[in-house]
Amino acid sequence: MSTDPGRERLDARIDSPNREGLTGTAPANMYGPLLDPEQVTIAPDGRPSDAQPAWRSDFPIDWPQDHYVERRDFMKFMVLTSLAFTVGQFWIAAQNWIRRRRGAPQLARLASTSDIPVGDTRVFAYPTEHDPCVLVRTAERSFVAYSQKCTHLSCAVIPDVKAGVIRCPCHDGLFDLASGRPLAGPPRRPLSRIALEFQGDQILASGVEARTV
Amino acid sequence: MSVNRPFTRSQRATIVNGMLAFVVMLVVLQLWLLTATMNAYLGGDDSVIWPAGGASLICLLLNAGLLRYLYHIERTRR
Repeated sequence: MSTDPGRERLDARIDSPNREGLTGTAPANMYGPLLDPEQVTIAPDGRPSDAQPAWRSDFPIDWPQDHYVERRDFMKFMVLTSLAFTVGQFWIAAQNWIRRRRGAPQLARLASTSDIPVGDTRVFAYPTEHDPCVLVRTAERSFVAYSQKCTHLSCAVIPDVKAGVIRCPCHDGLFDLASGRPLAGPPRRPLSRIALEFQGDQILASGVEARTV
Repeated sequence: MSVNRPFTRSQRATIVNGMLAFVVMLVVLQLWLLTATMNAYLGGDDSVIWPAGGASLICLLLNAGLLRYLYHIERTRR
Protein backbone atom coordinates (compact mmCIF):
# COMPACT_ATOMS: atom_id res chain seq x y z
CA MET A 1 0.00 0.00 0.00
CA SER A 2 1.49 3.28 -1.04
CA THR A 3 1.44 6.27 1.20
CA ASP A 4 1.22 9.85 0.16
CA PRO A 5 4.38 11.46 1.44
CA GLY A 6 2.68 14.83 1.39
CA ARG A 7 0.09 13.76 3.94
CA GLU A 8 0.69 13.55 7.63
CA ARG A 9 0.02 10.14 9.20
CA LEU A 10 -3.19 9.90 11.20
CA ASP A 11 -2.58 9.65 14.89
CA ALA A 12 -4.85 6.83 16.04
CA ARG A 13 -4.63 7.85 19.65
CA ILE A 14 -7.11 10.54 20.31
CA ASP A 15 -7.26 10.21 24.07
CA SER A 16 -4.18 12.32 24.70
CA PRO A 17 -4.82 15.47 26.68
CA ASN A 18 -6.55 18.24 24.76
CA ARG A 19 -7.14 15.99 21.76
CA GLU A 20 -10.31 14.15 22.70
CA GLY A 21 -12.84 13.96 19.88
CA LEU A 22 -10.66 15.68 17.30
CA THR A 23 -11.73 13.22 14.58
CA GLY A 24 -15.19 14.79 14.59
CA THR A 25 -16.94 11.42 14.66
CA ALA A 26 -16.47 10.35 18.27
CA PRO A 27 -18.23 12.04 21.16
CA ALA A 28 -16.05 14.25 23.26
CA ASN A 29 -16.58 12.07 26.35
CA MET A 30 -15.79 8.80 24.57
CA TYR A 31 -12.83 8.08 26.79
CA GLY A 32 -14.31 9.70 29.84
CA PRO A 33 -15.60 7.68 32.80
CA LEU A 34 -18.56 5.49 31.88
CA LEU A 35 -21.92 6.81 33.01
CA ASP A 36 -24.61 4.64 34.51
CA PRO A 37 -26.79 3.65 31.53
CA GLU A 38 -29.84 4.25 33.72
CA GLN A 39 -28.75 7.74 34.58
CA VAL A 40 -31.13 9.61 32.35
CA THR A 41 -30.43 12.99 33.81
CA ILE A 42 -26.89 14.16 34.37
CA ALA A 43 -26.25 15.76 37.74
CA PRO A 44 -25.22 19.44 37.61
CA ASP A 45 -21.60 18.60 38.29
CA GLY A 46 -21.55 16.03 35.45
CA ARG A 47 -20.14 13.21 37.56
CA PRO A 48 -21.69 9.69 37.43
CA SER A 49 -24.31 8.64 39.95
CA ASP A 50 -21.82 6.61 42.00
CA ALA A 51 -19.76 9.74 42.60
CA GLN A 52 -22.74 11.79 43.73
CA PRO A 53 -23.51 12.47 47.39
CA ALA A 54 -26.01 10.05 48.95
CA TRP A 55 -28.75 12.63 49.34
CA ARG A 56 -28.96 13.18 45.59
CA SER A 57 -30.33 9.64 45.07
CA ASP A 58 -33.34 10.59 47.22
CA PHE A 59 -34.10 13.66 45.12
CA PRO A 60 -34.06 12.40 41.53
CA ILE A 61 -34.64 14.68 38.57
CA ASP A 62 -36.05 12.27 35.98
CA TRP A 63 -39.56 10.79 36.25
CA PRO A 64 -38.78 7.03 36.18
CA GLN A 65 -36.32 7.39 39.03
CA ASP A 66 -38.76 9.65 40.88
CA HIS A 67 -41.52 7.00 40.60
CA TYR A 68 -39.14 4.36 41.88
CA VAL A 69 -38.04 6.49 44.84
CA GLU A 70 -41.60 7.42 45.84
CA ARG A 71 -42.73 3.76 45.82
CA ARG A 72 -39.64 2.75 47.79
CA ASP A 73 -40.27 5.45 50.39
CA PHE A 74 -43.98 4.56 50.55
CA MET A 75 -43.00 0.97 51.24
CA LYS A 76 -40.74 2.12 54.09
CA PHE A 77 -43.64 4.13 55.52
CA MET A 78 -45.94 1.09 55.26
CA VAL A 79 -43.43 -1.06 57.17
CA LEU A 80 -43.29 1.64 59.84
CA THR A 81 -47.12 1.54 59.99
CA SER A 82 -46.90 -2.24 60.33
CA LEU A 83 -44.55 -1.78 63.30
CA ALA A 84 -47.01 0.69 64.88
CA PHE A 85 -49.89 -1.81 64.53
CA THR A 86 -47.79 -4.56 66.12
CA VAL A 87 -46.88 -2.24 69.00
CA GLY A 88 -50.62 -1.51 69.36
CA GLN A 89 -51.36 -5.24 69.62
CA PHE A 90 -48.84 -5.69 72.40
CA TRP A 91 -50.08 -2.55 74.13
CA ILE A 92 -53.53 -4.21 74.30
CA ALA A 93 -51.87 -7.34 75.70
CA ALA A 94 -50.13 -5.23 78.37
CA GLN A 95 -53.40 -3.48 79.27
CA ASN A 96 -55.10 -6.86 79.55
CA TRP A 97 -52.31 -8.11 81.84
CA ILE A 98 -52.79 -5.04 84.07
CA ARG A 99 -56.55 -5.58 84.10
CA ARG A 100 -56.21 -9.23 85.11
CA ARG A 101 -53.65 -8.35 87.77
CA ARG A 102 -56.09 -5.87 89.29
CA GLY A 103 -58.51 -8.75 90.00
CA ALA A 104 -62.23 -8.70 90.60
CA PRO A 105 -63.68 -5.49 92.05
CA GLN A 106 -64.88 -5.47 95.62
CA LEU A 107 -68.48 -5.31 96.80
CA ALA A 108 -69.86 -1.79 97.00
CA ARG A 109 -73.13 -0.62 98.52
CA LEU A 110 -75.21 1.37 96.06
CA ALA A 111 -78.53 2.12 97.76
CA SER A 112 -81.42 0.52 99.56
CA THR A 113 -84.44 -0.63 97.59
CA SER A 114 -86.66 1.88 99.38
CA ASP A 115 -84.47 4.76 98.11
CA ILE A 116 -85.38 4.16 94.48
CA PRO A 117 -89.03 4.23 93.34
CA VAL A 118 -90.10 2.11 90.36
CA GLY A 119 -89.02 3.81 87.12
CA ASP A 120 -86.38 5.91 88.85
CA THR A 121 -82.62 5.84 88.34
CA ARG A 122 -79.54 6.40 90.46
CA VAL A 123 -76.06 7.32 89.23
CA PHE A 124 -73.02 5.83 90.97
CA ALA A 125 -69.32 5.16 90.29
CA TYR A 126 -68.04 1.57 90.18
CA PRO A 127 -65.45 0.01 90.46
CA THR A 128 -63.45 3.28 90.55
CA GLU A 129 -64.55 6.88 90.80
CA HIS A 130 -63.73 7.25 87.09
CA ASP A 131 -66.30 4.65 86.02
CA PRO A 132 -69.77 6.21 86.06
CA CYS A 133 -72.68 3.74 86.14
CA VAL A 134 -76.44 3.95 86.32
CA LEU A 135 -78.85 1.86 88.39
CA VAL A 136 -82.44 1.56 87.17
CA ARG A 137 -85.45 0.12 88.95
CA THR A 138 -87.50 -1.22 86.06
CA ALA A 139 -90.20 -2.96 88.16
CA GLU A 140 -91.08 -3.61 91.77
CA ARG A 141 -88.59 -6.49 92.04
CA SER A 142 -86.32 -5.75 89.08
CA PHE A 143 -83.14 -3.72 89.09
CA VAL A 144 -80.56 -3.35 86.32
CA ALA A 145 -77.26 -1.48 86.37
CA TYR A 146 -74.97 -0.62 83.47
CA SER A 147 -71.83 1.35 82.83
CA GLN A 148 -72.85 4.84 81.79
CA LYS A 149 -70.17 5.04 79.10
CA CYS A 150 -71.55 4.51 75.60
CA THR A 151 -69.63 1.75 73.82
CA HIS A 152 -69.27 4.00 70.78
CA LEU A 153 -67.32 7.02 72.09
CA SER A 154 -67.89 6.91 75.87
CA CYS A 155 -70.57 9.62 76.08
CA ALA A 156 -72.82 9.35 79.15
CA VAL A 157 -75.96 7.36 78.32
CA ILE A 158 -79.40 8.28 79.71
CA PRO A 159 -82.07 5.66 80.59
CA ASP A 160 -85.61 6.21 79.30
CA VAL A 161 -87.54 3.79 81.52
CA LYS A 162 -90.96 4.38 79.94
CA ALA A 163 -89.62 3.60 76.47
CA GLY A 164 -87.54 0.70 77.77
CA VAL A 165 -84.35 2.02 76.22
CA ILE A 166 -81.11 3.75 77.12
CA ARG A 167 -80.20 6.66 74.84
CA CYS A 168 -76.85 8.13 73.96
CA PRO A 169 -77.41 11.80 73.11
CA CYS A 170 -74.10 12.27 71.27
CA HIS A 171 -74.80 10.16 68.17
CA ASP A 172 -78.33 8.86 68.80
CA GLY A 173 -77.21 5.46 70.00
CA LEU A 174 -79.96 3.30 71.48
CA PHE A 175 -79.62 0.37 73.89
CA ASP A 176 -82.20 -2.07 75.25
CA LEU A 177 -82.89 -1.28 78.91
CA ALA A 178 -83.46 -4.92 79.89
CA SER A 179 -80.29 -6.36 78.35
CA GLY A 180 -78.04 -3.38 77.53
CA ARG A 181 -77.66 -4.59 73.93
CA PRO A 182 -77.41 -2.00 71.12
CA LEU A 183 -80.62 -1.43 69.16
CA ALA A 184 -79.74 1.45 66.84
CA GLY A 185 -77.09 4.01 66.03
CA PRO A 186 -73.33 3.60 65.89
CA PRO A 187 -72.70 1.44 69.03
CA ARG A 188 -71.94 -2.21 68.25
CA ARG A 189 -71.15 -3.59 71.70
CA PRO A 190 -73.59 -3.89 74.64
CA LEU A 191 -73.13 -1.67 77.67
CA SER A 192 -71.04 -3.27 80.41
CA ARG A 193 -73.42 -4.80 82.93
CA ILE A 194 -72.88 -4.28 86.66
CA ALA A 195 -73.60 -7.46 88.64
CA LEU A 196 -75.94 -6.76 91.54
CA GLU A 197 -76.42 -8.55 94.83
CA PHE A 198 -79.12 -7.99 97.44
CA GLN A 199 -78.59 -8.22 101.19
CA GLY A 200 -81.94 -7.53 102.83
CA ASP A 201 -83.03 -4.24 101.27
CA GLN A 202 -79.45 -3.24 100.43
CA ILE A 203 -78.34 -3.22 96.77
CA LEU A 204 -74.68 -4.08 96.25
CA ALA A 205 -72.49 -3.99 93.14
CA SER A 206 -70.33 -7.11 92.91
CA GLY A 207 -68.64 -7.02 89.50
CA VAL A 208 -68.47 -5.67 85.97
CA GLU A 209 -69.44 -7.85 83.03
CA ALA A 210 -68.06 -6.51 79.74
CA ARG A 211 -69.58 -8.18 76.66
CA THR A 212 -68.92 -8.30 72.93
CA VAL A 213 -72.45 -9.42 71.93
CA MET B 1 -22.88 -20.93 34.94
CA SER B 2 -25.11 -18.50 36.70
CA VAL B 3 -24.56 -14.80 36.22
CA ASN B 4 -25.32 -12.49 39.12
CA ARG B 5 -26.38 -9.46 37.17
CA PRO B 6 -27.82 -6.52 39.09
CA PHE B 7 -31.40 -5.59 38.33
CA THR B 8 -32.05 -2.73 35.94
CA ARG B 9 -34.07 0.20 37.17
CA SER B 10 -37.24 -0.95 35.40
CA GLN B 11 -36.83 -4.40 36.94
CA ARG B 12 -36.35 -2.85 40.36
CA ALA B 13 -39.45 -0.71 39.84
CA THR B 14 -41.48 -3.85 39.03
CA ILE B 15 -40.09 -5.62 42.09
CA VAL B 16 -40.83 -2.71 44.42
CA ASN B 17 -44.39 -2.46 43.02
CA GLY B 18 -44.98 -6.15 43.73
CA MET B 19 -43.52 -5.89 47.21
CA LEU B 20 -45.57 -2.78 47.92
CA ALA B 21 -48.80 -4.57 46.96
CA PHE B 22 -47.93 -7.40 49.34
CA VAL B 23 -46.95 -5.02 52.16
CA VAL B 24 -50.20 -3.03 51.80
CA MET B 25 -52.23 -6.26 52.03
CA LEU B 26 -50.39 -7.28 55.20
CA VAL B 27 -50.85 -3.83 56.75
CA VAL B 28 -54.61 -3.93 56.01
CA LEU B 29 -54.72 -7.37 57.66
CA GLN B 30 -52.91 -5.92 60.70
CA LEU B 31 -55.38 -3.04 60.88
CA TRP B 32 -58.27 -5.52 60.91
CA LEU B 33 -56.51 -7.58 63.60
CA LEU B 34 -55.98 -4.48 65.74
CA THR B 35 -59.61 -3.32 65.53
CA ALA B 36 -60.97 -6.83 66.16
CA THR B 37 -58.64 -7.31 69.12
CA MET B 38 -59.52 -3.92 70.59
CA ASN B 39 -63.23 -4.74 70.25
CA ALA B 40 -62.73 -8.08 71.97
CA TYR B 41 -60.61 -6.53 74.74
CA LEU B 42 -63.18 -3.82 75.46
CA GLY B 43 -65.87 -6.50 75.47
CA GLY B 44 -63.98 -8.45 78.13
CA ASP B 45 -62.85 -11.28 75.81
CA ASP B 46 -59.11 -11.77 76.19
CA SER B 47 -58.83 -15.12 74.40
CA VAL B 48 -57.90 -13.58 71.05
CA ILE B 49 -55.26 -11.11 72.28
CA TRP B 50 -52.15 -13.31 72.12
CA PRO B 51 -53.03 -15.19 68.88
CA ALA B 52 -53.78 -11.86 67.18
CA GLY B 53 -50.55 -10.37 68.58
CA GLY B 54 -48.60 -13.34 67.19
CA ALA B 55 -50.24 -12.99 63.76
CA SER B 56 -49.48 -9.27 63.72
CA LEU B 57 -45.86 -9.97 64.65
CA ILE B 58 -45.56 -12.47 61.78
CA CYS B 59 -46.93 -9.84 59.38
CA LEU B 60 -44.36 -7.35 60.69
CA LEU B 61 -41.52 -9.85 60.21
CA LEU B 62 -42.67 -10.54 56.63
CA ASN B 63 -42.77 -6.79 55.93
CA ALA B 64 -39.36 -6.27 57.51
CA GLY B 65 -37.97 -9.12 55.39
CA LEU B 66 -39.29 -7.52 52.22
CA LEU B 67 -37.80 -4.17 53.25
CA ARG B 68 -34.47 -5.88 53.91
CA TYR B 69 -34.61 -7.38 50.41
CA LEU B 70 -35.32 -3.92 49.00
CA TYR B 71 -32.20 -2.56 50.73
CA HIS B 72 -30.29 -5.56 49.37
CA ILE B 73 -31.20 -4.85 45.75
CA GLU B 74 -30.46 -1.16 46.36
CA ARG B 75 -26.96 -2.07 47.52
CA THR B 76 -26.23 -4.35 44.55
CA ARG B 77 -27.28 -1.84 41.90
CA ARG B 78 -24.63 -0.47 39.62
